[in-house]
Amino acid sequence: MPEVLLNIALLAAVVVFLGVYVSWRATRIDRLHVRLETARAGLDAALVRRAAVALELAASRLLDPATSLLLAAAAHEARIADSDNREFAESDLSRALRAVVDQPDFRGTLTSRQDGAALLDDLDAAVRKVSYARSFYNNAVTATRAARRKLLPRVLPLSGRAPVPEFFEIDDAPPES
Amino acid sequence: MRIGIVCPYTWDVPGGVQQHVRDLAEALFASGHEVSVIAPADDDAPLPPYVVSAGRAVPVPYNGSVARLSFGFLSAARVRRWIREGSFDVLHVHEPAAPSLGVLACWAADGPIVATFHASFERSRALSAAGPILQSAMEKITARIAVSEKARRTLVEHFGGDAVLIPNGVTTERYAMAEPLPGWPGDDCALGFLGRMDEQRKGLAVLLRAFEILGRERPGLRLLLAGPGDADEVRAKVSPELRDRVVNLGLVSEADKVRALHSVDVFVAPNTGGESFGIVLAEAMSAGAPILASDIEAFRRVLLEGRAGALFPVGDSGALAVAAAELLDDAPRRKQLSDEAKTAVRAYDWSTVARDVVRVYETVAGDTAVVETSAS
Repeated sequence: MPEVLLNIALLAAVVVFLGVYVSWRATRIDRLHVRLETARAGLDAALVRRAAVALELAASRLLDPATSLLLAAAAHEARIADSDNREFAESDLSRALRAVVDQPDFRGTLTSRQDGAALLDDLDAAVRKVSYARSFYNNAVTATRAARRKLLPRVLPLSGRAPVPEFFEIDDAPPES
Repeated sequence: MRIGIVCPYTWDVPGGVQQHVRDLAEALFASGHEVSVIAPADDDAPLPPYVVSAGRAVPVPYNGSVARLSFGFLSAARVRRWIREGSFDVLHVHEPAAPSLGVLACWAADGPIVATFHASFERSRALSAAGPILQSAMEKITARIAVSEKARRTLVEHFGGDAVLIPNGVTTERYAMAEPLPGWPGDDCALGFLGRMDEQRKGLAVLLRAFEILGRERPGLRLLLAGPGDADEVRAKVSPELRDRVVNLGLVSEADKVRALHSVDVFVAPNTGGESFGIVLAEAMSAGAPILASDIEAFRRVLLEGRAGALFPVGDSGALAVAAAELLDDAPRRKQLSDEAKTAVRAYDWSTVARDVVRVYETVAGDTAVVETSAS
C-alpha cells in the first residue's frame, strides 16, 4: 500500500513539475510576444515620426520647391503604403532623404536659415531612431522565432494564434552628417 | 522670338521628354526663333550649343521609379541666373510638377510662362501630396499644354483648370530610311523592343514571357532589345536555351536606334500603362516597322484603333505570343500595317506640332514684357 501511495505522489510531482514547466515556457513566449509588439509599435512610431519630419521640412519653405516636392512625395508614399509595400516605400524615403541632405552644402545652407537648424536636428534624430527601432524590433523577431522553433511550442499551442513574426528589412542608412 | 525651354530630365539620357524638348528646339530654330534650353547634364556630356547645363542630376526614387532629377539650392540658383541672362519673350517649362528644374523655373520667373505636361497617371500619389507646394508654381503658369488626352486628364484631376492639347511631334524623316544592323532581321524573323528595361511599366517582362513560348515554337526567331537597364538582370529572366537568341544592345545611339527599328519584322510595345503618348511608337511608325502594341488607350489612339498597328490585351503574354505568331506568318499583313503606320504618323510630324506651339507662345507673349526673375 505505501508503495502505491509513493507512486501516486511521484506521478503527481511529475505532473505538477510538467505543468509548471509548460506554463513557464508559455509565459516566456508570451513575454517575447509582448516585447515584440512593443518593439513593433516603437518602430511604427519612429517611421511615422520620420515621415512627419520629412513632410514638415518639405512644407517649411526653407527648401527650393523641387526638393520639397521630392520629399513630400516620398514621405507621403511611406505613410500610405500598405503592409506589402511598406518596406519599399520606407527604403525609398531613406534614399530620397540621402539624396536631399547629401547635396553639397545642404546642411550649411539650411542651418543658416531661420528654424533650419532645429528642423535638421529633428530630422537627424528621427532618421537615427528609425534605425534603432528597427534593430530592436528585428532582435525581438529573432528571439521570438528562436523560442517558437523549440520542440515544446511546436507541439503545444503556446503562442496562441499569433503569426510567426516577420523581419522588417529596409534601407535605413542615414544621410552623411 | 526668344524662347527659354526648361527640360527637367538629364539631357544625355534618352527619354520621351528630352526627345520632345530637343525636337521642339530644333523645329523652332528651323522656323527662325532663338532658343536656349536648360537641362541637367553630366559635366563631361557633349551638349549642343543651345543647351545650358544646370548641373548633374541625382538618381532618386520618385513616383514608383528611380528618376534622375535636378533639385536643391544650387540648381535653383543656376536656373535663376539662366532666366535673368536670357531675357526671354516666353519661358516654356516641361513637366512643371516633377521635382526638378521645371518647378524651380516657375518659382524663379515672372512673366509669360508656358508649361507642357507629359506624364499621365491613374492617380498620382506623389502629386496629391504635392498640391500645396506646387500651387504657387502652378499659379504662375500662363498657358498649359498637354501632350495627350490622358496627360490632360491627369492635369485636370490633380490641379483643376484645363489645358490645350498639342500632341508630341516626331521628326518622321529621321526614321524613314536606315540600314538594318548587320545580320538582321535574318532569315527566321526577329522581334524588337525599345525602352527602359528596368522599368516595369515598359512591359519588357511581358514580352520576355511571350518569347518563352514563341522562341520554343520557332527555333530561328530572335529578339532584339535596346535601351538602358541591367543586361544581366534581363538575361536572367530568359531560359538558358533561348538566351543566345535574345540580343541586348543596351543603351544605343539615336542612329543605332533607327537602324534597330529597321532590323526587326515586328516591333513590340508591351507597355502596361503610364504611357501618355508613346513617342517610341511614333518612331517605329515613322520607320515603317510593323507594330504590335498593348491595348492601352494612348496606343490605341495613335494606332488608329488597330489599323496602323496590331493590338493585344495589356500584360497578356499569351495573347502577345499568339498575335506575334500571326503577324510573323503574314507578310502581306505586315506590309499593310507598315504602310498605314507611315501615313498615320504624318499627323505627328514636328513641323505640324511646332507650328501649334508657336501659336501658343504668340497668344501669351506680351509686346514688350519679357520673363524676369521673381522677387521671392
